[in-house]
Amino acid sequence: MGVYAHLDDVCVRYGEKIVMQNLTLDIVEGAITCIIGLSGAGKSTILRLLNGLKKPDSGRVIVKDQDITEMRERDLIELRRSIGFAFQFSALFDSLTIGENVALPLREHTKMSDAEIRKLVAATLDSVGLAHVEARYPAELSGGMVKRAGFARAVVTSPQAVLYDEPTTGLDPIITHVLTDTIVNLRERLNGTAVVVSHDLESIYIMADYIAMLFEGAIVAYGTVDEIRRSPNPIVQQFLQGSEVGPIPI
Amino acid sequence: MKVLEDVGRGTVDVFSYAGGVAELLADAVRFILRLRIRVRETMDQAYLLGVQSWTIVLLTSLFTGMVFSLESAVQAVQYGVGNLVGGAVSFSAARELGPMLSAVVVAGRTGAAIAAELGSMVVTEQIEALQSLGLSPTRMLVVPRLVALVIMLPLLTIFADIVSIVGGMWVANIYAHISTESFITSARSVLPFGDVLKGLVKSLVFGVIIAIIGAYQGLQTRGGAAGVGKATTGAVVTSIILIFIFNFLLSYLLYGNS
Ligand SMILES: Nc1ncnc2c1ncn2[C@@H]1O[C@H](COP(=O)(O)OP(=O)(O)OP(=O)(O)O)[C@@H](O)[C@H]1O
Ligand SMILES: [Mg+2]
Repeated sequence: MGVYAHLDDVCVRYGEKIVMQNLTLDIVEGAITCIIGLSGAGKSTILRLLNGLKKPDSGRVIVKDQDITEMRERDLIELRRSIGFAFQFSALFDSLTIGENVALPLREHTKMSDAEIRKLVAATLDSVGLAHVEARYPAELSGGMVKRAGFARAVVTSPQAVLYDEPTTGLDPIITHVLTDTIVNLRERLNGTAVVVSHDLESIYIMADYIAMLFEGAIVAYGTVDEIRRSPNPIVQQFLQGSEVGPIPI
Repeated sequence: MKVLEDVGRGTVDVFSYAGGVAELLADAVRFILRLRIRVRETMDQAYLLGVQSWTIVLLTSLFTGMVFSLESAVQAVQYGVGNLVGGAVSFSAARELGPMLSAVVVAGRTGAAIAAELGSMVVTEQIEALQSLGLSPTRMLVVPRLVALVIMLPLLTIFADIVSIVGGMWVANIYAHISTESFITSARSVLPFGDVLKGLVKSLVFGVIIAIIGAYQGLQTRGGAAGVGKATTGAVVTSIILIFIFNFLLSYLLYGNS
């Protein structure tokens, strides 16, 4: 299998604080890669690097054989149309209704008719358990509903690659299951690539082709679900077991 | 040494600010030249930012025209040149008062609104969401606001011109018994149509300043609700200062030899 994206020797700093140091990671094409790690480890930052929302302080980011590190904003915008991004805190446009939020990428990037768009938006919202909320504004929905609407907006165009930032955090077990299925289905339907940041080990074990563990600014473990679960690395074991004792300082 | 360092850093800041603003403006103009303007959004913004400003423009220019007339009319009559008051009021209204007043109140109201709205979109990651959907925040947000203001501010200025002249005429009539006919005749003879147009050119430039500074400050917002507050104040202060500076430059260029 090919490589969809490649982070090469990436360093990221926020002011004095070093978030990533010489981090290298391959995102395999057509696979689901899950990124795990402590809160504040830099998982969301990895997703931002992958679609150029964040520039590394050094190192390179290669996506679909293009070096996007130095790419101009105008060209990045083209690239991003093929990458869905479900934000950790949804980031819905609060001046638009839920329906308009999900329809926006279709309106702007496709030639679909209004009727087609309405149908696809309704179907996509339905598939995340959000029927009949098109006319409501984000402020009128619960946190979990907003989260699912953000998920719907990210996948409505069936993009080649989707970056999911904690797609199921804070959702009930049934919806968590539904969204996990959606991620897997989308990958299968389009042979697409997915990067999922998640703390939900149960759904990670179901959907992941590869797991990467981020710790102290670098990838400390990478492999298939089985490889990671059997990893001798004490950091990985402590994290998977959620144990207080071990090398990870609390 | 410390002082030099501070001056150095300040200079670098000013240049990087000016560079950032110029870049944003160039980006917006590129979209406008390619006619990538979202009409619907632009009309909404024209309504929100422009039409809804008419009351404060009305009040400020009415009272300014009145006070100007109040202070000049009585003296003018005393010196026997009451027939010049109409000219004086309309001359200063069209050249300076109308464009400046409407720009300053619109900067306070609309510039602040633009910065606050875009700033809170930054803080809630809505700007990043736009970018992640392959949409340019400049095209989606900045261009409609810029075009709306460039159209609305000159219209508000014409309105301010008229209101302040009418206010001045009214006060001159009541307070110094200068007849309406005499006021208008004087205004006509002193104020060439070209001056009114030049006043509108000014307001067009002010419209660009208010929209671009508001948008730039908003998009540069860092750090939560406090950051939005800072961006908003910064936008108002900076655009008002720039309006005064550009007003001088434009007066010099447009009226310098008249
Ligand atoms: N805009 C910013 N300014 C300053 N520091 C930042 C900024 N964004 C992120 N950071 C810092 O970078 C680090 C990584 O942030 P990131 O959001 O990538 O973490 P994360 O792994 O996604 O955490 P979580 O699981 O809590 O979402 C954090 O320590 C955070 O404090
Ligand atoms: Mg995160």
